[in-house]
Amino acid sequence: MAKTKTNTEDYLRMYRQMVRIRSFEDNANQLYLSAKMPGLTHMYSGEEAVAVGICEALEVTDKITSTHRGHGHCVAKGANFKEMFCELLGKEEGYCRGKGGSMHIADQSNGNLGANAIVGGSMGIATGSAFTAKLLGKDDVTVCFFGDGATAQGLLYEVMNMAALWNLPVIYACENNGYSEYTKTEEIAAGSITARAEAFGIEAHQIDGQDVLAVNELTQKLVARARKGEGPFFMELMTYRYHGHHVGDINREYYRSKEEEKEWKENRDPIIKFRGWLIEQGIASEDEIETMNAEIRQDAAEAVAYAEAAPYPDEIEVDMHVFTDVKHALA
Amino acid sequence: MREITLSQAVNEALAEEMRRDETVFIIGEDVAEAGTPFKILSGLVEEFGTERVVDTPIAEPGFMGLAVGAAMTGTRPVVDLMFGDFIYLIMDQLCNQAAKTHYMSGGKMSAPMVLRTNMGATRRSAAQHSQSLHALVAHIPGLKVAMPSSAYEAKGLLKTAIRDNNPVVIFEDKLMYQDKAPVPEEEFLIPFGEANIKREGSDITLIATSSMVQVCEAAAKILAKEGIEAEVIDPRTIVPLDEDTLIASAKKTSRVIVVDEGHQSYGITGEIAGRINEKAFYHLDAPVLRMGAMDVPIPFSPALEDITVPTPEGVAENARKLMSGEMIHAA
Repeated sequence: MAKTKTNTEDYLRMYRQMVRIRSFEDNANQLYLSAKMPGLTHMYSGEEAVAVGICEALEVTDKITSTHRGHGHCVAKGANFKEMFCELLGKEEGYCRGKGGSMHIADQSNGNLGANAIVGGSMGIATGSAFTAKLLGKDDVTVCFFGDGATAQGLLYEVMNMAALWNLPVIYACENNGYSEYTKTEEIAAGSITARAEAFGIEAHQIDGQDVLAVNELTQKLVARARKGEGPFFMELMTYRYHGHHVGDINREYYRSKEEEKEWKENRDPIIKFRGWLIEQGIASEDEIETMNAEIRQDAAEAVAYAEAAPYPDEIEVDMHVFTDVKHALA
Repeated sequence: MREITLSQAVNEALAEEMRRDETVFIIGEDVAEAGTPFKILSGLVEEFGTERVVDTPIAEPGFMGLAVGAAMTGTRPVVDLMFGDFIYLIMDQLCNQAAKTHYMSGGKMSAPMVLRTNMGATRRSAAQHSQSLHALVAHIPGLKVAMPSSAYEAKGLLKTAIRDNNPVVIFEDKLMYQDKAPVPEEEFLIPFGEANIKREGSDITLIATSSMVQVCEAAAKILAKEGIEAEVIDPRTIVPLDEDTLIASAKKTSRVIVVDEGHQSYGITGEIAGRINEKAFYHLDAPVLRMGAMDVPIPFSPALEDITVPTPEGVAENARKLMSGEMIHAA
């Protein structure tokens, strides 16, 4: 694995953040299976090295835009389990007071401008956030997360064109998990994805999205250059989605085999891979890692219990926040 | 008082607000040196530079999405959409993103931005450059909608819109850009949600938006010669709507015609008529009448186009029918 951050604490935080994402998703899936969660949700499990490798290269003031498969980005950018689970369950203490849910979870305090339920819907927002930084002379960088499926949306090409024309500090991070909903990416994407960015003169990199250190190293370099006005950049991160398109997509052998899933889970898992490296490098022992894992599982379990017991928003909130300056839009 | 054109009024409003607040910027196609095809923005790029008067590629969803993200992160974009008809191209960014940002985030984020566009037929521009699509936007919770009826309103409403913390859409009638009206030299704002009683009358209420205010004022003159005193009311903003003023007038005159240039079916006229029916039913002597644009795509031929929109003669004719009681049976 590529070696970037030299601080032991940084490595351990990266590991912890990846396990936190996996743990969050395991619980979210369980909430769905036990019919405790309203609606559906889209699991990030398997892609942890992407969100963590990228977000660990960002400052709190840097911005991200996220996707319908957004829990991983939210955790990686610094969100708390408690407010996240509350949001997933539609509770008042959720990040969005229960009004957004899994697909719209946002955490402005950490620069997460929100998940988006329209595939590709946040590409304009991310580019606009970078525009703000340039106009106001701020040095923050925006990372736009989206999947391979979203590369089929025209909006991407419109905003990449503008970002390239105006050298905006934005990094387009394409999480290529091999599937566009229930369809293989090769069936929906002609040619090369990175070449599309290169056509606008945008420097593009394809990288192993299961290698958190490699992702982090590249992102650190690109972020530093974007801050200096050398952006935009494009990254295609090759990764894998362990679950179906959403938690209800269980019988999926018609579009991908169990053997393929097994191969990724057993031999290309980003957490197992990084854990092995940490032990091999003497950064953490098996026991220390197991202790960390147990602590995170415990945190998640407590947050789930908290969220389950937390109150729903009062009905009076239904017409609040329609407009910024009107307390109750229907009063 | 000095008189200026609606086009000059818009230009002045933008210049004043851009001088007052350096986070305000203009973005759209041919807004800088060209000053738009209607020459509304002439001179602004010279004063504020290309950083704040931003020419974009022909990519409406792209620059609209960029503006939403810019608004969410600390700027106040004024988007110039060359023709109102292009609103179909930006619907996702306007209605799924901008309109819902504040609500979906539980009040934590907002998108303070203005979308300036136009409306109005009879310019011989055919079906894709002549539509009045404000009803589409007014239907979406979270968007405010202003419809200036003269240079005075165009200036005062735009200044208010730029200072508003919500997404605001302003529809200017493209046939009125060269129309002059008295506009004070000194600064003024027009609050949203306050209708303007343009002409007082006791026999019938004519509620009219945008250029239909002129149409109804002309109709009122015709009717006055026949001894019918029409009250003409301009709501100025349809979201928020000053329902109280409209209802009070309906109760006073007992007869109402609502005149608007959007297509009649499922439009503003039906909405306002519905509210009057609900709140002034026992005061009415006749059904509330709707007069919108014909439910046909706008035709090119002048012989056909001119008959698709309400005229003073048509409004006067319907007013006479309401006064004589004819419409009660027709209904």
